[in-house]
Amino acid sequence: MQAEQISIFIENKAGRISDVTGILADAGVNIRALAVADTSDFGVLRLIVDNNVKAEEALKKAGFTVRKTKVVAVKVEDRPGGLHSILTTLKQAGINVEYMYAFIQQTGDKAIMIFRFDQPEEAIRVLTEKGVTVVDERTLSTL
Amino acid sequence: MIFDIEYETMPREALEAIQLKRLQATLSRVYATVPFYRKKLDDAGILPGDVKTLKDLQRIPFTTKQDLRDNYPFGMFATPMANVVRIHASSGTTGQPTVVGYTARDIDTWAQLMARALSAAGATRGDIIHNAYGYGLFTGGLGVHYGAEKLGASVIPVSGGNTKRQVIIMRDFKPTIMTATPSYALHLAEAAEEMGVSFKDLHFKAGVFGAEPWSEDMRLEIERKLDLNALDIYGLSEVMGPGVSIECTEAKKGLHIFEDHFIPEIINPNTGEALPYGETGELVFTTITKEAFPIIRYRTRDITTLNPEPCICGRTHVRMKKVSGRTDDMLIIRGVNVFPSQIESILMQVEEVEPHYQLIVDRKDNLDTLTVRVEIGEKLFSDEVKKLQELENRISKDIKETLGVSAKVQLAEPKTIARSEGKATRVIDNRKK
Ligand SMILES: [Zn+2]
Repeated sequence: MQAEQISIFIENKAGRISDVTGILADAGVNIRALAVADTSDFGVLRLIVDNNVKAEEALKKAGFTVRKTKVVAVKVEDRPGGLHSILTTLKQAGINVEYMYAFIQQTGDKAIMIFRFDQPEEAIRVLTEKGVTVVDERTLSTL
Repeated sequence: MIFDIEYETMPREALEAIQLKRLQATLSRVYATVPFYRKKLDDAGILPGDVKTLKDLQRIPFTTKQDLRDNYPFGMFATPMANVVRIHASSGTTGQPTVVGYTARDIDTWAQLMARALSAAGATRGDIIHNAYGYGLFTGGLGVHYGAEKLGASVIPVSGGNTKRQVIIMRDFKPTIMTATPSYALHLAEAAEEMGVSFKDLHFKAGVFGAEPWSEDMRLEIERKLDLNALDIYGLSEVMGPGVSIECTEAKKGLHIFEDHFIPEIINPNTGEALPYGETGELVFTTITKEAFPIIRYRTRDITTLNPEPCICGRTHVRMKKVSGRTDDMLIIRGVNVFPSQIESILMQVEEVEPHYQLIVDRKDNLDTLTVRVEIGEKLFSDEVKKLQELENRISKDIKETLGVSAKVQLAEPKTIARSEGKATRVIDNRKK
């Protein structure tokens, strides 16, 4: 049930993110979600794309350090408290969220959040039990 | 295999007694026969007879490469030309060449030591040695050659160059030991591959590589591509040539220096102060048996560490760490000597691979600052910023603890550190601007 995210190391230099998006555009890869975490010197660009193989190949060829990470895509109800109830569930189960970000696409009245957990399998189990929908990789790439 | 059990495994006490006796004899001889040394000792107010212990050697002034150039070509010879049977010279790419000479006994000593070195690498009289060191003014080719013959092995004097023919010889003559510079060994591997010859089908068991600095990473690459045990040999023409020190196959951790012929010291390259075992600094050599070209406290400019711990191979001779750099690369940061190679080995421990890095030194408010840029490879990269910051801090802490210098560590994208001829520019010293 886990989805794959591509993480890229970038130095904090002007235009570096657009270099990445340019490479992916040239490779015909569509970016479905993007988040940047950074410090004063460097950042980690996290991407969900429609074709991981192509994306990784193109980025590595361009000299980037790329890593694939398992993440969990969760449907969040688009209403006040929607995210909060999910986070509460996780907190009660003792699962840590390393980071999270929003998926660009919405599905109906639900938003999709991408989570990186310390215990992804446990997180999926707890959330599914609570009736929360976890989106699998295939569905994610066809959204 | 130990070629000379008596001398190579001699208890330290007996070894040091021999060293002292030989040192005293050498000093008396150079004082009597080489005007350069006589003047040096006179100026320092020391007579050869004042050297009563090995420690007294530290009172004698150093000899530098410049001294050799100043006495070009034969000014440092300690014997009349009639006794000299061989002359070698360094290439002189960085100035005037340095010229060295050997008496018949020097040639025999050299052959003995080279035979010891080949034995330490696993060679026996049953082996066929493919000697791809260049024959000529350079000491590599002939030095190994005479040692191989002394050992009783069969030596193929193939020398450098004509790589395709070398591959055919390797295939047809079935040599079992290769002697070459590490870069030429890799070149041979490439040529063999192009010719459809696999080293797996060849018969090499070991390679003795030297005459240029090479990294642990390069060792792994050679061992993988050439399918042999790669050992490091050290030598320099000013001291003798190849065979000054060698790694043993048993430990493969440091090069045994043949101390019954050479006295090694490690000094602080800034102050000239002698450093204790275990500390990193410039390697200094005194020869104690050479006749034609003895040399006293010669500054090699090579950076290493001496390790006196007993070795599992049984040799009692001190081991020097693989030479990792030159004093020319030394940086002084807030009064502390820093060698890029020291940072490199710290990074190597963190990454377990050869790191690409760059040291940037600046001066801010009259204070030196050191920034270490490290290219991040896939192995260390994490999608979590926190972990990357921890990595930076860990490297910084290791540098502080090992070198006593604060450094800011900056992770960099791969291939962003400028390279010239494939090698990264290791140091940018902005203080010089
Ligand atoms: Zn040993």
